[in-house]
Amino acid sequence: MTLPRMEALLGLLVAALLVLAALSTPWMKFVLTIALAKGIAVLGILLLLRAGQVSFGHALYVAIGAYSVAFLAPSIPDAALLLPAAALVATLAGALIGLFVSRYREIFFGMLNLALSMVFYSMLEKFYHLTKGTDGIRVPPLTAAGMTLDRVTFEWTVFATALVLALAFGAFARAYLLSPMGEALGAIKTRETRLEFMGVSPRRVLLSAYILSAMMAGCAGALVAMTTRHVTPLLSYWTASGELVFIAILGGAGGVLGPFLGAIAYELVRVYAAATVADMWQMILGAVLLLVILFARGGIWGLLSARAGKGAGA
Amino acid sequence: MTHALSPSRRQMLAAGFGSVVLPGTLSAQAPAQRPTELRIGVTTFLSGPASVFGVPGRQAAEMLAEEINREGGIGGVPIRLFFVDEAPGIDHLVGEFRRLVQNERVDVMFASISSGSCLACTPLAEELRKVTLLWDCGTQRIFEERRYQYAFRTQANATPEILAPLLYLMKTRPDFRTIAVLNQDYAWGRDSWEIWKTAMDVLKPGTRVVAELFPRFGATDFSAEVTRLLALRPDVILSTSWGGELDTFIRQANERRLFERSTFVLPLAESSLERVGRTLPAGHIVGSRGDHWHQHPRPANPQALQRFVEGFRRRTNAYPIYPAYHMAQAFSALRAAYARALQGGAAWPSDAQLAAAFNGLEFDSPTARMRIREDGQGLEPQLIGTTAHTDRFPFPVLDNMVIFPPELVTTPVGQNSVAWLRTLTPEILARVPDAIRAG
Repeated sequence: MTLPRMEALLGLLVAALLVLAALSTPWMKFVLTIALAKGIAVLGILLLLRAGQVSFGHALYVAIGAYSVAFLAPSIPDAALLLPAAALVATLAGALIGLFVSRYREIFFGMLNLALSMVFYSMLEKFYHLTKGTDGIRVPPLTAAGMTLDRVTFEWTVFATALVLALAFGAFARAYLLSPMGEALGAIKTRETRLEFMGVSPRRVLLSAYILSAMMAGCAGALVAMTTRHVTPLLSYWTASGELVFIAILGGAGGVLGPFLGAIAYELVRVYAAATVADMWQMILGAVLLLVILFARGGIWGLLSARAGKGAGA
Repeated sequence: MTHALSPSRRQMLAAGFGSVVLPGTLSAQAPAQRPTELRIGVTTFLSGPASVFGVPGRQAAEMLAEEINREGGIGGVPIRLFFVDEAPGIDHLVGEFRRLVQNERVDVMFASISSGSCLACTPLAEELRKVTLLWDCGTQRIFEERRYQYAFRTQANATPEILAPLLYLMKTRPDFRTIAVLNQDYAWGRDSWEIWKTAMDVLKPGTRVVAELFPRFGATDFSAEVTRLLALRPDVILSTSWGGELDTFIRQANERRLFERSTFVLPLAESSLERVGRTLPAGHIVGSRGDHWHQHPRPANPQALQRFVEGFRRRTNAYPIYPAYHMAQAFSALRAAYARALQGGAAWPSDAQLAAAFNGLEFDSPTARMRIREDGQGLEPQLIGTTAHTDRFPFPVLDNMVIFPPELVTTPVGQNSVAWLRTLTPEILARVPDAIRAG
């Protein structure tokens, strides 16, 4: 079986497993919705990683998406309208910020993103009378496309939306990476001047990937807000951005399934670690990351695809 | 710690994720059977800066659970604790809350130190129909913005905790004219200043605020602020900071003799006394978010207080601070509620029956008799004192203590705190009880 076909099949298999897990345990549905949302955000980071650029501040767009939902929910309390609205706000913010961060590379790119996300964090904290500071804003119960749903049905709706979005964004990102735009991203990583000689503007290539990643992170933020129903400035804190990069490394940057595998593994490790040793979960997460860096540099996806490659060769 | 590692719990989790099909919704009305154990979920800070409160809270919970189990449990059922760390943020906390309710099937939740956590958990508890005791968080917003059927607070809230030190200041140093504030820059720092300022403006109009300093949350250097305060020479310096920041501020202020120029009002400093030791000079005003003080001059039951303090000291080698007392209050309220629900040989209460037992419930704190009002808010006295140095302790103790009755300083049911504070008149000072000298 070829790798792309395996990727698609594996994606569907993972989706089916998620549904089964969510069916069997109600609280797992919540954890997995968050995992899918984070996976979508990390998928955006993956696009930038293809260009060799690490953003240490993508939690900014997650927070923008989440706070858009929180601010708009009292006037338009419908999930079907809030999700695209949040994505739009995040996309606009991404376009604006992308205009100048796409001029920078490597550490400057990463640090500028980090700085901007911390600026947003401080704003959420300081504009206390608007944002209620660190206490955060509660998202009221929402309707879905005009229908009033009870708690369990609404949770299923958000879970299903997250799953469909994850599959759609995954398929889109795969097509995008195989397209000339995606190949150009790879070229930024290897040697940018070659792109310029070919008449392609690296800035535009990076900018479009950046805007896409902001949109994905915005969707992720909206999903997180609809799931937890309470948003706090912590969503935009640097540790939240670090978490996204952590997931990208854990899952592996080689394929679009990586972010989702990474996010699911991350959330499950955290939940199980927190359940077994409530005050040592950070240590366990750290150990897992160290093991991945030392022994599986391609992440979970790297392990899987290496095995599949061997199988195809035999 | 050991019970958290028991294998049965891991197996439960594994089984939960694997194949066991659990009902999608939990019926709060279903008649309940006497369980083999009473499961209590506790959310607290186990990491991060607020673990200075979270860890003593946890230690107190473990101590009390052991004590209760030695005495045969609650209603004959032994209790078991499940801890959750609040530090990773709301999405993790809300997920863990659900896991404890839906998978571990806890009977009661004790929610949160952080006000943000409480604001997120309380509506969730209502949706899941699970009795939740707000054991430590301070925000007054919870019961003023909405009514809850399943949530109860077994302690006071920010309004009495800030109004009491203000009244104490006005009673003991009535002639102050200028004030400066230095609070952490986050919700609590801003909220507490708003409460103070609103009350001060009606009780002592004309007081000049010479500086409003909000250094960032987690700051480690206050030298610029100290310089400014030295130059401004305010009569009073208010700080509702806590934990490492309060300790650092006290040390840096002491090094530069700020304590000699201004009177400090530190409503949360009871939790820092043992750590800062004699760095905190005598003659400054200290509160404890309630009437929590190991040398309480008039405890309702002196033996009970002493047993609690000594037990906690044996276990942790430190005096209990207010979160430990708050934890004791949550356990005491829970015991009283079960006793009430099981009165006259009634069957084991369902979630709804247990919740009903909390309305108007009276229970003992380590220092006083407390009551839960009809809106779910607990009525807790407030103890404020002035620091003094003695030979008996290597840290400052409280002297000239005033114990404020809760009715005097708590916002009445159904009213907004800020609106209520605006209706206060200086006559309230006449109703402040007399100070008690340390024994």
